[in-house]
Amino acid sequence: MTSTLSPARSEVKVAPGFPGMKVTQARVINSEFTKFRSLRSTNITLLVSVVLTIGLGALISGLTASHWATTSAADRATFNAVFTSVRGVTFSQLAVGVLGVLLISGEYATGMIRASLTAVPKRLPVLWAKLLVFTGVVGAVSIASAFAAFFLGQSLLSSKHLGVSISSPDALRMVVGAGVYLVLVGIIGMALGALLRNTAAGISSMVALLFVIPPVLSLLPKSWSDTVGPYLPSNAGEAFWGHTTDKHLSALAGLLVLCAWTAAAVAAAAIRLKKQDA
Amino acid sequence: MIEVSGLTKRYGDKTAVNDLTFKVLPGIVTGFLGPNGAGKSTTMRVIAGLDEPTSGSVLVNAGDYRHAQVPMAELGMLLEAKAVHTSRSAYNHLLALAQTNGVPRSRVSEVIDLVGLREVARKRAGGFSLGMGQRLGIASALLGDPQTIVLDEPINGLDPEGILWVRNLLKGLAAEGRTVFISSHLMSEMALTAHHLIVVGRGELIADVDVEEFVAMASTNVVVVRSPQAGELRGLLLGPDVTITSKEAEVLEVRGVSVEAIGDLAFDHQIRLHGLELQQASLEDAFMEMTRDSVEFHAHTTNDNHTEAPARLAQTAGDRR
Repeated sequence: MTSTLSPARSEVKVAPGFPGMKVTQARVINSEFTKFRSLRSTNITLLVSVVLTIGLGALISGLTASHWATTSAADRATFNAVFTSVRGVTFSQLAVGVLGVLLISGEYATGMIRASLTAVPKRLPVLWAKLLVFTGVVGAVSIASAFAAFFLGQSLLSSKHLGVSISSPDALRMVVGAGVYLVLVGIIGMALGALLRNTAAGISSMVALLFVIPPVLSLLPKSWSDTVGPYLPSNAGEAFWGHTTDKHLSALAGLLVLCAWTAAAVAAAAIRLKKQDA
Repeated sequence: MIEVSGLTKRYGDKTAVNDLTFKVLPGIVTGFLGPNGAGKSTTMRVIAGLDEPTSGSVLVNAGDYRHAQVPMAELGMLLEAKAVHTSRSAYNHLLALAQTNGVPRSRVSEVIDLVGLREVARKRAGGFSLGMGQRLGIASALLGDPQTIVLDEPINGLDPEGILWVRNLLKGLAAEGRTVFISSHLMSEMALTAHHLIVVGRGELIADVDVEEFVAMASTNVVVVRSPQAGELRGLLLGPDVTITSKEAEVLEVRGVSVEAIGDLAFDHQIRLHGLELQQASLEDAFMEMTRDSVEFHAHTTNDNHTEAPARLAQTAGDRR
């Protein structure tokens, strides 16, 4: 090749880069934390989930207390003070799920993923870092807001002497469980974002999984819905954070089933990220 | 150094790059030319490890980039499609990238100053103009002080001052011994910036030459003859491999005959010449000619067609004018 003899060619620089440069998992986590905190949409969506968890919990608790005098005996029998106060989670799960989808699909939508994966060509450290940052931040916020919803709800319910303390049976399981449930739903959202690489598709499938499939399933013959129903993510979740009934799995089984869903979704996302063209 | 060997990339049944082999050497700016759909961006995506080759391989600084320990010191990349989250500020975008590889924070400010984005560094990248976006992309490519720099269409959207800046920047980086590989549609700009050219068409290598060689290789060198006896001269010049076009009554544009031959012929037949000038093909013309060749060649399967190609090309080039 003629250009090897070209006079324009000069000495190869000895050491490009900076001392100590290297990709480590800790550094990628640090980077993902910077990404997480520097997006307004991320912070707004997280705030929405907090408002829904605490606000709806308070609203439901307040309304339950004010209507207690006219509440039927049957409804009083199934009433659970802890569940009532953290029930906002059934709605805030949508915000957390959307946040999970957005954290990954947003990178595909804007093209940022190409920069992320060029900087970390091994790819998987990016996914692990995103999951860890999400679990840390959203876990802390969700559990804290579940506790806030609990205490606010109980203070509203106590006007009718319905409130319970955090040391009452199952209270801690349900409050912490509600926070854990949100994180797991959010991780499934991230996995959907990574699998589908599209915000609209990710959010739609999130909504389908949590809000469409469960009622549709209940329309099927009872033998079907009773067999499959408890294993759906939302129902398995309610088994460990909700007011359990005989239709549900045990709390531990529910947690394990939801963890299995989450692990399967993450594994599929990891395989697609690693094996397929970005 | 970038070594592309036997690279083939298919998306479904569409072949984007077919058996491409070339080297990009350090110390010079190498241009990557080809019409739209020639496979330039695909090749660059494979170099960056974003796409897996269907077959063949790509080595960056003699290693597989996908297993690089310090990726950002090996390769700095600007992809044609935007690769910035629109809602994040330029500073945070660069900071997040820097953190993955342990690039010092001070370097983030350094590259921001280098590309001239200091004023807008805290603003959302989504609000950037095309030119500002290109500067941000170049800043990300330079962040890790990379040995090899690959920029897809870096000049797109830049104003004349910006183009001059990029040209000097790239030459400076090459002079430091780095490998600089840039694609562009602006052939005239390539002539000023690049020293060596890799030309592709339809996913295949057409030429791997220095810029001057590339222009010389092109077959569109035209001799412009001005003569009051143009009609007479035309009759004498016509031959099997010669094309003559005429835009004005006394002017002939002749392809396939040298300046000397035309001059001698006119002298022998006592034809007055008022002008005899060789027009060298511009890089743009050379490029068009080159890629047309690849298209022509692909329309036929036998090698015989290849040898015929120049004559036919001259014909089609003539028709075009």
